[in-house]
Amino acid sequence: MLNINNLKASIDGKSILKGINLNIKPGEMHAIMGLNGSGKSTLANIISGRDSYTITEGNVIYKGESLLDKSPELRALKGIFMSFQYPVVIPGVNLTYFLKAALNAHRKHRGEDELDAMHFLKLIREKIKQVDIDEKYLKRAVNEGFSGGEKKRNEILQMITLEPSLSILDETDSGLDIDALKIVANGVNQYRTSENAFLVITHYQRLLNYLKPDYVHVLIDGKIVKSGDMSLALELEEKGYGWLEK
Amino acid sequence: MTGIIEKTIEQDYKYGFVTNIEQDTIPPGLNEDVIRTISSRKNEPTWLLDWRLKAYKHWLDMTEPNWAKVDYEPIDYQEISYFSAPKKKELKSLDEVDPELLRTYDKLGIPLEEQKLLSGVAVDAVFDSVSIATTFKEELKKHGVIFTPFSKAVHTHPELIKKYLGSVVPYTDNYFAALNSAVFSDGSFVYIPKGVRCPMELSTYFRINAKNTGQFERTLIVADDDSYVSYLEGCTAPQRDENQLHAAVVELVAHKNASIKYSTVQNWYPGDPKTGKGGIYNFVTKRGICKGDHAKISWTQVETGSAVTWKYPSCILKGDNTIGEFYSVAMANHHQQADTGTKMIHLGKNTKSTIISKGISAGKGQNTYRGEVKIMKGADNARNFSQCDSILIGDQCGAHTFPYIDVRNPSAQMEHEATTSNIGEDQLFYCNQRGISTEDAVSMIVNGFCKDVFAELPMEFAMEAQKLMEISLEGSVG
Repeated sequence: MLNINNLKASIDGKSILKGINLNIKPGEMHAIMGLNGSGKSTLANIISGRDSYTITEGNVIYKGESLLDKSPELRALKGIFMSFQYPVVIPGVNLTYFLKAALNAHRKHRGEDELDAMHFLKLIREKIKQVDIDEKYLKRAVNEGFSGGEKKRNEILQMITLEPSLSILDETDSGLDIDALKIVANGVNQYRTSENAFLVITHYQRLLNYLKPDYVHVLIDGKIVKSGDMSLALELEEKGYGWLEK
Repeated sequence: MTGIIEKTIEQDYKYGFVTNIEQDTIPPGLNEDVIRTISSRKNEPTWLLDWRLKAYKHWLDMTEPNWAKVDYEPIDYQEISYFSAPKKKELKSLDEVDPELLRTYDKLGIPLEEQKLLSGVAVDAVFDSVSIATTFKEELKKHGVIFTPFSKAVHTHPELIKKYLGSVVPYTDNYFAALNSAVFSDGSFVYIPKGVRCPMELSTYFRINAKNTGQFERTLIVADDDSYVSYLEGCTAPQRDENQLHAAVVELVAHKNASIKYSTVQNWYPGDPKTGKGGIYNFVTKRGICKGDHAKISWTQVETGSAVTWKYPSCILKGDNTIGEFYSVAMANHHQQADTGTKMIHLGKNTKSTIISKGISAGKGQNTYRGEVKIMKGADNARNFSQCDSILIGDQCGAHTFPYIDVRNPSAQMEHEATTSNIGEDQLFYCNQRGISTEDAVSMIVNGFCKDVFAELPMEFAMEAQKLMEISLEGSVG
C-alpha cells in the first residue's frame, strides 16, 4: 500500500530524514519508535502533505501512485488519514458541521451522493459510541474546550468516520491517562481489518501493548536503525535507545 | 510560514467597471456658491438652503477627527465635486431608464425588474446622487407608507422633513456630518404611519460612479407609534484610482412601541489589493433614537468594502423599556482599514442594549472595534451585553478593540466578552488533511464566525452577505 524509498528530507536546510525505506501492506500495522527529534513526526507530515519540508531524494508510492506531488486534500481523499499529535481548535465551526463537510468531500470524491443532515446525524451517533464521546461535543466548535484525551478520541472518531485505507497515528498516546489510552486503542483496534493499514508513531511501548503492531521500527537521527516485531518495543522499554545509537 | 495564506491575498475587486452615462456635474470645489448651486438645482426651499449654509459655516470651524485607528492620505475638500446627477431625470417607469444604467445593475447582480417581480422588495435605486427609479409605490401608498427620494420629500412632506432633519444627528455633531448637512445630494426618506407594519422590506442600492464625486447621502426614517419597518441598504462601487469620499448620514426615529430594523451590506471599492491605492473613504454617521417607550432599533451591518471605514451606528435609548441592538461583521483584507463599532446611550429606565461585533482581518488589513456604552443617571436597571470577537487570517493583519464603558447608575448590569482567534496554516492543514479544500475551509471558518450576525439579516441579504464574504476573502488564502 505504501512504499517509501530512500526518502531524504530537510527543513530550512537542515537534514531531518536521511534515507528512509519502509513498505506497508494492507492489513499491517507498523510502529515507528524513537526519541524527540529523530524525525518521526516529519515522516508523518511528509506522508500527509504538510508543505514545510524539502524532499531532497527518494520517493513515496501510495497504492501504485507517486504521492509527493499531490495536494494534502487529495491525499486525504485517496485514503490517507493522520491523527494529529496536537489537534487544533477551529473556532466557530461545530464538530458536526466539520465532520459532515469532511465526510461529504470524501463521498463526492468516491462518486457517492452526499449525506444529508439527517442521515449524517444517524451515522455519527453510532460512531461516537465507539470512542465514548458525549453527544454534546458534536455541537461544540472543533476541539474547543476539549481536554487532551477528548481531542485524541475526536481524532479517532474522525478516522472511523472517514474510513481511510492508511491511518497515521502521530503520538496519539501522548497526554493520555490509562483509561483514555484504552478507549483510543479500542477504537483503533475495532477499525483494523485485512484491508486497512496503520503507521503508529510513538515514544513508548505503552500504546503498543494494546495495539500489538506487526512490525516495530526504531528511528534514530533520520534513519531506521533496527526493525523487528513487538519484542523490539519491549526491549526498548527495558534498555532505552542508547544501545542502538551510532 | 509558507505560501497558502499569501497566495490568496491576490484577488481583484469583482465589481470594478465604470458606466458611461452623461453626468451633470458641477466643477470641484466647496464654497457658499457651490452650496447655493446644489440647492437651486434641486429647487429647494429657502429654509433648507439656510440649514445647509449654517452647516457649512459650522463645518469651516471644525477640524477633521484623527482619533480613529486609520491612516490615509489627507483629503483635499476643494478637489471634490459636490454634485453629480445623470442627465435624464424625472422618469416615470423603468422603460425610461438609460439602458446603459440597467446593464450596470445587471453586472452588479441587481436585476431591478426581477427583484420587483420576484422578491417583493421595493427598490429605490440611487445612481450617484439622484434617485431614478422607485418601485412598488402603489403597494406602499395603500398602507400610507412614504418611501421616496429625499429631494422629493422636501417638496411633498416639508413638515416632516423640517421636524426630523437633523433631530438625531445635528449638523454640529461631527466633521463629516456637518459636511454632509451642507452638501448632501440625495437619499431616502421613509415614514411609517401609526400602527402600520410596513408590508415589505425597503431597499436602496447605492453606487458611486461619477469620477471625483463624493457621495453625501442623507437617509431619514421615521417610525410612528406602534409601527414596524425593515430597511436594507447595500452598495458596490466601480474601480477607481482616486480616493473617493463617502460621508453619509442616516437618522432613525422610533416612536412609542415602534421598531426599526436597519441592515447594511457595504462593498465599496476597497482599493488596489497590492498597494491599497484607490478605494473609498467611508465616513458615515448613523444614529437612531428610541424616542417613545418600548421602542426598538436594530442595526445590522456587513462591512466588507472601502479602503477606510469610520462608522458607528448608534442608539439613543430615551424611552423607558427601549431596546438597542448592534450586530456587525467587519472585514479588512489587503490594505483595508476599518474602525467601526457602536454607541449605546441609555437614558430611559429598563433599557437594554446588545452588541455583537465580529471583526475579520486578513492580508495587511487593520480592524478596530470601538464601542461606547453609556448608562446615564436616570437609566435605572439598564442592561448591556457586549461581545466583540476578532479573527485573524495570516500574520500581517491586526485586530484592535476599544470598549468604552461609562456607568452613572449603580443598578446597571454590564457584560462584556471578547475573544481573538486565528486562522493559521495549522488549521487549514488540519482541514485539508480531512479532505476539505483550503477555500472551503476558510469560508467555513469565517461563516461559522459570522453566523450570529448573518442570522439577523433578512434572508435575501444573508445569502448576499455570505457570497460577498467569500468573494472578499478570495485571495486571502490558497
